[in-house]
Amino acid sequence: MKSLMMKGNEAIAESAIRAGCRLYFGYPITPQSEIAEYMARRLPEVGGTFLQTESEIATVNMVYGAACTGKRVMTSTSSPGFSLMQEGISYIAGAELPCVFANIARGGPGLGDIQPAQSDYFQATKGGGHGDYHLIVLAPSTLQEAVDLTQLAFDLADEYRNPVLILADGMIGQMMEPVVLPPMRDISSLPDHSEWTLTGTSGRRPHRIAAFNIDPHGLEEMNRRYQEKYKRIKQKEQRWEEYEVEGAKYLLIGYGTIGRILKSVVDNLRGKKIPAGLFRPITLWPFPYQRLREIAEDVEFVFVVEMSAGQMVEDVLLAVEGKAPVHFYGRMGGVVPTPEEILLAFERLRR
Amino acid sequence: MDSKVIFKRPRSLSDKEFTYCPGCHHGIVHRLIAEAIDELNIQDKTIMVAPVGCSVFAYEFFNVDGTVAPHGRALAVATGIKRAMSDRVVFTYQGDGDLASIGIAETIHTANRGEKLTTIFINNAVYGMTGGQMAPTTLLGQRTTTTPRGRSVENDGYPFHVSELLSTIPGVAYLARVTVSSPRDIQSAKESIKKAFLAQMKGVGFGLVEVLSICPTNWGMSPVEAQRWLLENMVKEFPPKIFVDRVGES
Repeated sequence: MKSLMMKGNEAIAESAIRAGCRLYFGYPITPQSEIAEYMARRLPEVGGTFLQTESEIATVNMVYGAACTGKRVMTSTSSPGFSLMQEGISYIAGAELPCVFANIARGGPGLGDIQPAQSDYFQATKGGGHGDYHLIVLAPSTLQEAVDLTQLAFDLADEYRNPVLILADGMIGQMMEPVVLPPMRDISSLPDHSEWTLTGTSGRRPHRIAAFNIDPHGLEEMNRRYQEKYKRIKQKEQRWEEYEVEGAKYLLIGYGTIGRILKSVVDNLRGKKIPAGLFRPITLWPFPYQRLREIAEDVEFVFVVEMSAGQMVEDVLLAVEGKAPVHFYGRMGGVVPTPEEILLAFERLRR
Repeated sequence: MDSKVIFKRPRSLSDKEFTYCPGCHHGIVHRLIAEAIDELNIQDKTIMVAPVGCSVFAYEFFNVDGTVAPHGRALAVATGIKRAMSDRVVFTYQGDGDLASIGIAETIHTANRGEKLTTIFINNAVYGMTGGQMAPTTLLGQRTTTTPRGRSVENDGYPFHVSELLSTIPGVAYLARVTVSSPRDIQSAKESIKKAFLAQMKGVGFGLVEVLSICPTNWGMSPVEAQRWLLENMVKEFPPKIFVDRVGES
């Protein structure tokens, strides 16, 4: 397979097109604007549609509209833009529409900065908008994984009729790495949604899509259906990576960019005969609670590193259930921690 | 005795009974839209986007595919549908709070893109479903639950003229303000609605019909008084007019 040197944002965009995405709506925001720029250049070549919108609020609603037709559609943004999309995402989740979001996150709160950060974890995994809903959240730590998870994102969205979020940070978006791209999918082979899509009533009764029910019992029934679906997703779609976990006394945990940094930390420690291992969640929702719980039973302590004040660490605590001490190290504001400082923080804990 | 049907429910209207208050113009306008869809023979390729507000259920009153947009975002949702299915006919149905207040950015930008969509804009100068608060289109001096002493320029600014604003935008292919207060007005309102659809079907651009409407419940009037109030007050502030008609140009 031929590998290509690509920038993360462009690799995600090309992978989306190869997954059958033919509609992209978006509003520029650093550090992900290359996704929109790539789509603007590339989509017309494959008969697709690119539209630069007037705002993230318009964007998410255009995604809603396009998703109503059953075609593969995506948008991308960065943290402040993702905040603006939350209302629409709640509607999309409620209307059970398949679509893909990429949030190439940056430092916050507020305007923050344009450097990589992981402080959107709560918003991404706990339902940033109103109501009881979930996105499926995929967190790549390499560009090859970003390419592969983009394919998976569209398939999961279709399978569960649920929005899927690729949560990466500015580091993944901006770096370059060799990637092997998947082949172009045949649009006609994509899942058929014609039993519910809005395409005109020709030869059938009207289809109606809405995320509301004015009767509380009716709305509770809809919510029960959503929760049933989330239960199925929790059972089937938990993904993670284990690295040097066999015989580990110390378990390091991080996702995305931190996941790859922790890999070199583990290599360094193993080189010094210190039995450290890495657990890297790939699906942040559903979070791989059960596997983490099993591993945590045999370790002296768990060490979570995030580019935030500590958000995923709450899920780790829920998973570990007190079976091992959980320690946390975080950098904020778009600062990416170095392997050396993480090693130092780890050694302080071991003493 | 032989009998012949000369007047019946339009095909494009569903059997569901309207949930609107007595006297409300939504019922008349729904019927006109359905008749226009029937006469243009586009029922099976029309997709509707309903708003938030009293007409949130509008998509259930038509025999066409439909969805409900978040408050103010109907034209963004419609844009998404149209860009995905360019050969379908897509229309939004929006009130003044939806289209002129929270959704004004989407309204202006959709018009400016010349999006091939049709919008029926119901202007009754008040927020209906939330219980009669001030709308951008509320008249000066008009009492609402949030302008209990009457709308004042000093506190609330001026009544918002959506059609006049949109008339300056080149992406607009058809734009008219109408009333449905007499049989003659109803006939010409229907002609305008058909033209707004034709603007889309011929690919000329964005079409919008502003319909001056009454809200007897929130205005605190009988339907007859409300009709009179509309003709004596609203039409002075918002004169009925065809602002743009480029439908014939294509």
